[in-house]
Amino acid sequence: MREEENYSYKTPSSQLVKIAEIASHYKGRPEMLMKVITKVQKIEPAFSASVASVIAREMDIPQTQVYSFVTFYAMLSVKPRGKYVIRMCKSAPCHVRGAKEIVRALEDLLQIKMGETTEDRRFTLEYCPCLGVCEQSPAIMINEKAYVNLTPESVRDIVKRYIRGEV
Amino acid sequence: MINLTIDGEAIAVEEGTTILEAARRLNVHIPTLCHHEDQAVKAVCRICVVEVEGQRLLPTACSMPVSEGMVVKTASPKVIKARKNIMELILARHPQDCLVCSKNGKCQLQKVARDLNMNRPNRYERDVRESRFDDSSPSIVRDMSKCILCGRCVEACTKGQGITVMAKENRGYGTAVVPPYGKKLVDTCCVNCGQCIQVCPVGALSIRDNTDEVYDQIAKGKHVVAQIAPSVRITLAESLGYAPGTVTTGKIIHAMRKIGFSKVFDSDFTADLTIMEEGNEFLNRLKNGGTLPMMTSCCPAWVKYCETYGYEQLSHLSSAKSPQQMFGAVIKTYYAKKAEIDPKNICSVSVMPCTAKKFECKRSEMCDSGYQDVDISITVEELAKMIRTAGIHFDDLEDQEFDSPFGLGSGAGQIFGTTGGVMEAALRTVYEVVTGETLPRLEFDQVRGTEGIREAEIDLNGMKVRVAVVHGLSNARKVLDEVKAGTSPYQFIEVMACEGGCIGGGGNAPKTRRILAERRRAIYEEDRSLPIRKSHENPYVQRLYEEYLGEPLGERSHKLLHTTYHSRRDLLR
Repeated sequence: MREEENYSYKTPSSQLVKIAEIASHYKGRPEMLMKVITKVQKIEPAFSASVASVIAREMDIPQTQVYSFVTFYAMLSVKPRGKYVIRMCKSAPCHVRGAKEIVRALEDLLQIKMGETTEDRRFTLEYCPCLGVCEQSPAIMINEKAYVNLTPESVRDIVKRYIRGEV
Repeated sequence: MINLTIDGEAIAVEEGTTILEAARRLNVHIPTLCHHEDQAVKAVCRICVVEVEGQRLLPTACSMPVSEGMVVKTASPKVIKARKNIMELILARHPQDCLVCSKNGKCQLQKVARDLNMNRPNRYERDVRESRFDDSSPSIVRDMSKCILCGRCVEACTKGQGITVMAKENRGYGTAVVPPYGKKLVDTCCVNCGQCIQVCPVGALSIRDNTDEVYDQIAKGKHVVAQIAPSVRITLAESLGYAPGTVTTGKIIHAMRKIGFSKVFDSDFTADLTIMEEGNEFLNRLKNGGTLPMMTSCCPAWVKYCETYGYEQLSHLSSAKSPQQMFGAVIKTYYAKKAEIDPKNICSVSVMPCTAKKFECKRSEMCDSGYQDVDISITVEELAKMIRTAGIHFDDLEDQEFDSPFGLGSGAGQIFGTTGGVMEAALRTVYEVVTGETLPRLEFDQVRGTEGIREAEIDLNGMKVRVAVVHGLSNARKVLDEVKAGTSPYQFIEVMACEGGCIGGGGNAPKTRRILAERRRAIYEEDRSLPIRKSHENPYVQRLYEEYLGEPLGERSHKLLHTTYHSRRDLLR
């Protein structure tokens, strides 16, 4: 997907109503932005321009502040992502234990590059900071679940199970 | 008091002083990039590192408070080595096309690099930031590749103006300062005030350059007419290297004639005209129960702000145009007729301390003469560049006078350039019109000063009028919120978007509060030195009404000198 397409993503207005309800409890309390964002993320993972402007309006803060906040954190996204977000650990231990091969296997299998989402919006590939399982590196996380001690073969098998809908 | 030693010299300073401030008192100037004396401490550029005895690491002088017995070395070999290394890292991500950069010669990074004597090739791999060049705005040009991520523009926009058009995106190596969601500046709620340009230490944010258009019009043989704003004569000299507060009215006029302007007029004149219209509009609203409080509309950044954030309060804005636009309309009608020139052969140029004026003159409402009223608006900095380009030795220029018939402005028009000036000018006229008495003392000290919101109560023949003077849009927001809530205690509010008013505008040389104080002193001195100090006593204004306009708020003045506003709430999405 091209940059502009990502930014032009429209959040359904029914979602915006729910988001407004969440944010309205924290009007004039910019320090509560993290709380609002984590609550909103549960119902709408992509912080599109309209989501940011609704949060901004309800909390009485600038939209730019919401955008800046969301782009700062690796676990948050301004772009729509796939149903399954596959996060590859970017830290040194995984790197020395063959993260590169894992990445290549994932990119080959899904036919997308890191940072991209598949056409059918099912999978997104991303790097993320350390997952905290260095002793079992290399590791990835698919949505909430971590997979460790990976080899190119094992990671292919895992993702294929997701593709077939067995998970 | 805390005693410490800096470079072998002992000094005692108050607790809480930073090493940087203490060193300045000893005339030791530690280089800085992200530090700005009117802003919060940031300590992100790291160039101001110093050595403190007993500490293994080098602290940043801008953020480190002094402590008792501290021994500081500000330029030891260790410090210089570290600074050069930091500079190399900054330069590895910075383009090296200084010769064609808009900030060439005025860039802080350039100066610091020169002072540091960067005498060897950079050891780091060059990886210049993505430019994400944006010239969509009529006022501001942004080039991210030159940004050093100091965060000064973000603070100016957020704290000073309360808007936050741009903020840091992503983090670490991928950080950029951009508007949200890939928006162009023109599609954001940016009010074009240029306060970000004022604080940008490099060429990442610069004033949109319209000087080529002026040269084009001169080359085409157009009758190029210029107006210069009240504050230009105060601040222009600074852009040419003079001390802040040097007034050079006569030299500017002479230089502009040399550059090729056919006529040079004084915007003080239309500032007086603005007072006649706005003052009478206020009295009209007061007597006939119009919408109150009335808010001034001279500042185009404030007008756009109000259209965006106060779109339901637009009836509170005075319908009177700003002096620039009144002049545009008068030049292409009254002046064209008088000088027997076809208005389509006139190119009307304004020299302004303001980047938002570039936006204002392009507003679709501003065509009441049948043409675009003001064709080109250039800033003080651009005129200074034109003077340099023309090879004019400013020092040796003789003073010249403005052209008639718009060459005379009153002191009231002159003080339009500072915060509180429009209010004071209006009060001088309103008081005398309502009471029929002569003011015993022209200075209204209550509206002068530097506080963000100042208020005063004026007694007009028993009728008490409460007025407020506001500068800086974050202060304006407080006043606007009161108006929204219907709790505003005022009848008349002056708002200027920039701190200090027009003399602090985004089109001037970079300011600090200390420089602003000098400019303010100069502008009030100018007012005192003028023979006429009240707008309604300006004989040329009186003649303009007699010969052409009729009366304030009359049919013709309504058509030419008043305007309308529209909601821009879409920009908040």
